[in-house]
Formats: sequence, C-alpha cells, structure tokens
Amino acid sequence: MAKVLVVTSGKGGVGKTTSTAALGAALATAGKNVVLIDFDVGLRNLDLVMGAERRVVYDLINVVQGDAKLAQALIRDKRVPSLSLLPASQTRDKDALTDEGVSKVITELKEKFDWVICDSPAGIERGATLAMRHADVAIVVTNPEVSSVRDSDRIIGLLDSKTEKAEKGERIEKHLLLTRFDAARAGRGEMLNIADVLEILSIPLLGIIPESSEVLRASNLGSPVTLNNPVSAAARAYFDAAKRLNGEALDVIIPSDRKSLFGKLFGRRAA
Amino acid sequence: MKLINFFKRPSTAPVARERLQLLLAHERAVSGKSDLIAILQEEIMAVIARHFPVEQEGIKVKMERGEAVSTLEVEVEIPTPMCPSFPLPAKPAKVAALVPGDSSEPKKLGEAPDRDELAYDTAPAEMAKTGTEA
Repeated sequence: MAKVLVVTSGKGGVGKTTSTAALGAALATAGKNVVLIDFDVGLRNLDLVMGAERRVVYDLINVVQGDAKLAQALIRDKRVPSLSLLPASQTRDKDALTDEGVSKVITELKEKFDWVICDSPAGIERGATLAMRHADVAIVVTNPEVSSVRDSDRIIGLLDSKTEKAEKGERIEKHLLLTRFDAARAGRGEMLNIADVLEILSIPLLGIIPESSEVLRASNLGSPVTLNNPVSAAARAYFDAAKRLNGEALDVIIPSDRKSLFGKLFGRRAA
Repeated sequence: MKLINFFKRPSTAPVARERLQLLLAHERAVSGKSDLIAILQEEIMAVIARHFPVEQEGIKVKMERGEAVSTLEVEVEIPTPMCPSFPLPAKPAKVAALVPGDSSEPKKLGEAPDRDELAYDTAPAEMAKTGTEA
C-alpha cells in the first residue's frame, strides 16, 4: 500500500527540500519505488537539488490542468531508476493548483509508487496546506532554534486540523526530523538540545541530521547527499531515518564525520 | 541563573527553551485554537445554557497536546445557587476527557451534548424551568 508523506516545517530554509531529496534517494536505493513532488509553485528547487533542472518539460500544474499526462511530466532519476520527480511550475500562478486536481494526481501516483513524497513550500498558506492535505505521514523538519521550533508547533497544529485524515477523525502520523544539529554546541548549552525540542513539540523523533558541509557540497553538484556521499554523517543519518520510515526500530544516534564522542548512542527509539 | 558559572560563557539554550515553552503555551491556547475547539465551545455553551444561566466567559475549552494522549479540558463555571439539583462542589465543575490524538475523541464529546439537545428539543423552555426549580 502506497504511503503519502509530506515534508513540511513552516519556516523556510530549515532543510525540507534537502531532506526530501536525501530521504527519497535513500528509500529508492533500498528498493522502493519513490516519487518526489515539488509543491513550491513559483519557487521550485527540488529539481535543482536533484540535478534534474535541465530535464523539466512538464510540471505538476500541467498535469493537474490536463495539458500533460502524468507519465510525460515525471522525470526518472538517472542514478536510481526507482526514483522519480514531479517538478513544480516555475511560472504559473499557484492558484492553478486545485484540491481536486492534486487529489487526482496523488491517487494516480499511489498506484505506481510505494512512497509519494510531497515537498511542501514554507509558510502556512495554500501551497503548504495542499501539500499536507492527502498525507498519511508527515515529517516536520526543525532546526534547534527558537523560530523554527515555534513554526513547527504551528505546522503540527495544521497537520492535526487541515489534513484529510484529521478531518475524518483519523490520526496523521507525525515525525520530527531535527536538522543542522551540532552536538558539541548543544553540549555546551549554546543550542537547544534534543530533549528540549522533543519535550516542546511532543512528536516522535525520526532522526537527527548533524550540521555537515557535505549537505552543501551535494546540493552544489545537484545530487542528494545520500547518493553523493553515502558514508558521510548526514547521509548515514538520512539512511537511518529512511529505515525508520519503513518501520525498522533503530536507536537514534547522531553520526559524526569526525572521530569523536558525539556519535554516542542515545537510548531513544523512534516511534 | 545567569551567575551559575563565571568561567564559561553562560548557557543560552535554557533561556531559549523557557521562552519557547511560555510562548507556545500561550499560542496553543489562543491562536492555536483550532476551529474544532471553537465549535465545541459554542455547542457546549448552547447545551448548557438550556439548563443553567451561564456566561460566555464561564466556559473554557482547552486542548493540551501530549505524546501518547492529548487532553481536552472543558471547564464550566456555574453560579452555585443556580445548580441546586446536583451536589456540585463549590469549585468550578471540571470535566476532563482523555483524548487519543487531537481530533478523534472531541467529536464524540461533541456528539454527547447533541443527544441531550435532541432529547430536550421538544420543550426546551419547560426543561430549563424544571431544571432551575428542582
């Protein structure tokens, strides 16, 4: 049964697109059929992070409006064949996205893929609510920083009220992905630690992605960090998060690029 | 707290945490109030108003989000002379329901008053009258 996953955060720049690309690639290399949908109409970037910017012909709005078939708009990844991308429109008006249109596209994608991953735009406007609307599972990407935590709290409220599942009285599965975490700074009390963020947001932890120069290096090259440097700390953290999404119960650790104490084990399990 | 350690730069993370906890407690109660909570508040108010003269401010509906269960707290303040038929404590009546998730159970709570509403719908004025007299 296909699962629809939304990667959301409220705040911009916390790593939604990076995480969508990295998790999507990790799930696909594990043998799943994965499609990534960019919902950021007018400010699309998933194509660029995936290195597919020159292969975009049709986009989500073309499909929603019936100007193109879904198969024409999907871009298959050249590195991992089970990974596809449905780009957002860069030029069209975002009001062209309708709830019915999106619903139809997602239903069709669910027949062909195991994971439909929706990369949400920042904010709490229509684009963000449309991206989360049909989700079974949500990943709330949060930086250990006050404004990001506050916005995540707001997004969690929206997930509990504005999604189809919530409206039916069902429960949407929510996970926290803590990105750009610096264990050394948290240890010195300069950065919110994991327990603080978890206590404030009260949702289960999917993973901790350490602050890593590999993330920028990968996006410079148009490759998800999990493909560009699979042994890097950030990539390993994303691979673990992908395994947890697939139901594996792994202890949450903070991988480190340096040989240090910070890759220590945390006796916490992701739910 | 600022003087814990003269040798280190003071920790700023605990301040961040405290500020967030305060702010979010407020935001969840005010702006974070979902439509559902607002609807619940109105419906509960309507039902209770049939039996007791209550003020709009006398009813507080609050949702607290927890990891495994969330709590829906309904607090109804009724002037004690108005509720002689029930042995209510002098404190405000407090009804708390454990809610798995945020949105499944509140509906059930919403339904319960609905049934009352139906039962009394035929003669609401009379019921209200007997309620205060009894």
